[in-house]
Amino acid sequence: MIIRILGPGCPNCKKLEVNARDAVKQLGLGVDFVKVTDFKEIASYGIMRTPGLVFDEKVVSFGKVTDTTTIVELLKTYINERRV
Amino acid sequence: MSVFIWLNDQLLKMVWLSNLVESFLILVGIDIETRFGASLNFFIYDVIKIFILLSVLIYTISYIQSYFPPERTRQILGKHKGIVARLFAALLGTVTPFCSCSSIPLFIGFTNAGLPIGVTFSFLISSPLVDLASVILLASIFNWTVALAYVVVGILLAVIGGTLISWLKMEKYVEGFVYDNPMVTLETEEMTRKDRMAFAKEQVIFIVNKVWIYVLIGVGIGAAIHNYIPESWISAVLGIDKWYSVPLATLVGVPMYADIFGTLPIASALVDKGVGLGTALAFMMAVTTLSLPSIILLKNVVKTKLLILFVAYCTFGIMLIGFMFNILMG
Repeated sequence: MIIRILGPGCPNCKKLEVNARDAVKQLGLGVDFVKVTDFKEIASYGIMRTPGLVFDEKVVSFGKVTDTTTIVELLKTYINERRV
Repeated sequence: MSVFIWLNDQLLKMVWLSNLVESFLILVGIDIETRFGASLNFFIYDVIKIFILLSVLIYTISYIQSYFPPERTRQILGKHKGIVARLFAALLGTVTPFCSCSSIPLFIGFTNAGLPIGVTFSFLISSPLVDLASVILLASIFNWTVALAYVVVGILLAVIGGTLISWLKMEKYVEGFVYDNPMVTLETEEMTRKDRMAFAKEQVIFIVNKVWIYVLIGVGIGAAIHNYIPESWISAVLGIDKWYSVPLATLVGVPMYADIFGTLPIASALVDKGVGLGTALAFMMAVTTLSLPSIILLKNVVKTKLLILFVAYCTFGIMLIGFMFNILMG
């Protein structure tokens, strides 16, 4: 699984990455992190507000710094959906 | 009327705070009649006032803004055409949450959805320029007439700018990749009242974190202008009788990156020292609308010709507004 953090590198993007890494650690997942800073690529996900959080190719949150607890929930849901 | 004046003095101008700071300084034995004492007095009062206003305002305004995410703005704008769309874009620009790091994704999102480029530019000009918080701060530091005049000319600048860009058919000067994106419409989740309150609180923390340094520097410069720089020096360069004061203030302001909250105390100190209101407003507008970092960001999505048109239009438009204010209010 790949988690992408979309954003040009503003403080909010960094905070989101920290939260996402915490969430992954809590669940003990093996995940690759990719930072997407190129505007072309950010736009291709269809978001107008950074930072964006993307699991593989699915945008799960944008325009806010999602907290760790919420990311844990999002990850659980995403993994369950994938199994089905 | 007197109730309104009293409320205005206490809540916006915070006369109580001014009295409190003065009493405190006298209590600790600082003579506020001296140059140093007066500067300190001005600095403490202004910093506390701006931070109180800033926190209350950002909270209230972010709560309102949570009803207007850019996705919704884009949808509303798509329903209108021509000058009406540009007017709506300028008006919505004042309430849509805006952060300079989101301006490019927003530009792409708008253009990609088929919004004319003139509409997008109207939005991009008004969004940083006419911000609800800055309007109320203007009313606090100057008065309501100045604040309202600022809103009107700001919206006009945005609408005319968008119209000009649309007339000149500048679409071809937008980088090709902007149009090539797959149009993805993401669902925006419905927010509850709790969500909106959480969003508003986050915005307060985020914005105060981002601007506090500009506020301190701005108030510091304002205090220095107030008490250390002789009025004759300032009026020699920026006096209302000097025709070049407006272009000078604008050109100094354009490349600067600072927040309106930091710029206001400087503008207000300048006006107190006999600088024309138009000159001070031109400086503020130039600082907020254009900055070197934002121009470099915009270069990612538009070609040089459109970028130059945008920068030149805003610069001259702001100068014109400055001249107008100096003539009308001088």
